[in-house]
Amino acid sequence: MSSETTTEPPAPTRREQRAAGRSRARDVFYGVVGVIGELLITLGVLLFAFLLWQLWWTDVVGNHAQAEIVAELPFEPVPTATPSAGAPVGPVIAPPRRDEPPVMAEPPHATTFATMQVPRWVGEPERPISQGTDRATVLDVLGVGHYEGTAMPGGLGNFAVAGHRTTYAKPFNRVEELQVGDPLILKTTDNVWYVYRVTSTQIVPPSAIDVIAPVPGDPGAVPTERMITLTTCHPMYSAQERFIVHGVLDYWAPTSDGIPAELAGGA
Amino acid sequence: MYGWLWHRLPGPAGVRALILTVAALAVLAACFLWVFPAVAPFMPFNETTVGE
Repeated sequence: MSSETTTEPPAPTRREQRAAGRSRARDVFYGVVGVIGELLITLGVLLFAFLLWQLWWTDVVGNHAQAEIVAELPFEPVPTATPSAGAPVGPVIAPPRRDEPPVMAEPPHATTFATMQVPRWVGEPERPISQGTDRATVLDVLGVGHYEGTAMPGGLGNFAVAGHRTTYAKPFNRVEELQVGDPLILKTTDNVWYVYRVTSTQIVPPSAIDVIAPVPGDPGAVPTERMITLTTCHPMYSAQERFIVHGVLDYWAPTSDGIPAELAGGA
Repeated sequence: MYGWLWHRLPGPAGVRALILTVAALAVLAACFLWVFPAVAPFMPFNETTVGE
């Protein structure tokens, strides 16, 4: 006891030091808490900015880019009726052809070879279809992607395509509105129309690769029909499942004959 | 952090606010152009294909 009192500095000085140390520690503590708080607020703002980018900006950029791609495709002009014969001026309706359709060869990866129009999706633009289904080079930048190795438009088997349902211009956003019998209209860079009709829709797990088989659901079978299959995510903003639309070729027509009746505006 | 930044910036309050606004917009632009596109493929909600 006695030795302690002799070695320790005088009591008031130590109390002052302790008080000063405590207030310094408090300053550091509150400083650190303040910086962490500001970092968290910043992170929150950045997350909100990411949502804005993902849900809005990718659509703005994607729609602009895809419209440009469609405009630059080397389509021949579609004939219009001459006003001389007293017939109404307007597009010529192509007579449906149900004989053996022409089928183009598969183009190189990331090449845009066709467009798709769906009259049910009133207000949706004509979308480009490109070869391949990886996100970085096709789905995120070019719109709809064709599963490599599946049939080409008009071909026996299954013309299978994938597209975003949300974000990146969301070409298949309104896929759930499709009803059996709805036309899905393709126009290839070989200047041929292919009009498919929806036959069924289904929701499957992501692993269900047999939906894009030549005969959907029966991977080994030899195809006898000319099918189309759309795949996209389901539910929206999720990757839990896939929404699948199957269709079958109704008819084809060269674009020099006119346009499909289904595109002639409410006709 | 932001308080420290505010005190380090030169000029009157108006100039400082302008500098901070421009800096914030630059950060946002960098995010939109490079950061978000790089991060997006790792987000688990955009898969549309079957069979992987």
